Amino acid sequence: MEHKKIKSVFKQGAISSEFIGESIAKHQSKTSIGAHNIFLGQVRADVINNKTISAIEYTAYEDMANIKFHDIREAAFEKFDLTCMHIYHSLGIVKAGEICLFVFVSAPRRKVVFKALEFIVEAIKADVPVFGKEIFEDDTHQWKTNT
Amino acid sequence: MKINIKYFGQIAEVTNRDSEIIEVSAKTISELTDWIYLKFPDLKNKDFQVAQNQELVSIETKITGNEIALLPPFSGG
Repeated sequence: MEHKKIKSVFKQGAISSEFIGESIAKHQSKTSIGAHNIFLGQVRADVINNKTISAIEYTAYEDMANIKFHDIREAAFEKFDLTCMHIYHSLGIVKAGEICLFVFVSAPRRKVVFKALEFIVEAIKADVPVFGKEIFEDDTHQWKTNT
Repeated sequence: MKINIKYFGQIAEVTNRDSEIIEVSAKTISELTDWIYLKFPDLKNKDFQVAQNQELVSIETKITGNEIALLPPFSGG
């Protein structure tokens, strides 16, 4: 099997809508694709005990996380007939309303991308060592737990 | 044996550091965590998994690597 170099999926700060738009545009030359599916994780301004979350600060065990992202990518290509896929996750501060996770899958046919995207996003949440510190407007914090 | 031990998220908050190089005679992850609990008793109340050389391991696992990480519950996405 061809050895693929493990890339970093992390980006400092929020993932901008311009970056997402450009990623979509880059696929217009790949005319075997018939369907794209996109997941965008966005920071929610939850209110807990009358305090509102203003941002999440993400940290990660980066070396292990990038290996896990790579494993998820390999598993997704093994399981589904995908043309391509891209994952980007934020590190550092992401404010409420901003995007912290961008997963983008493309395939010849639509049914594949629906299943593949769910598989990938659930695997990221379960297997990748990323940690979210939820910061309230008064600068206190709590640690995020995935549900 | 010298081990580079890494702490993340709320675990790093308890230990007040991201990493340190420690010298221990622990043979297993369980012996290592016992040693860590003596140093940081508040970690007993925290939920975490242990990774050895970037792979999650059980507490019975023998220490073979030089990089151990204490990982609180994952919350990416």
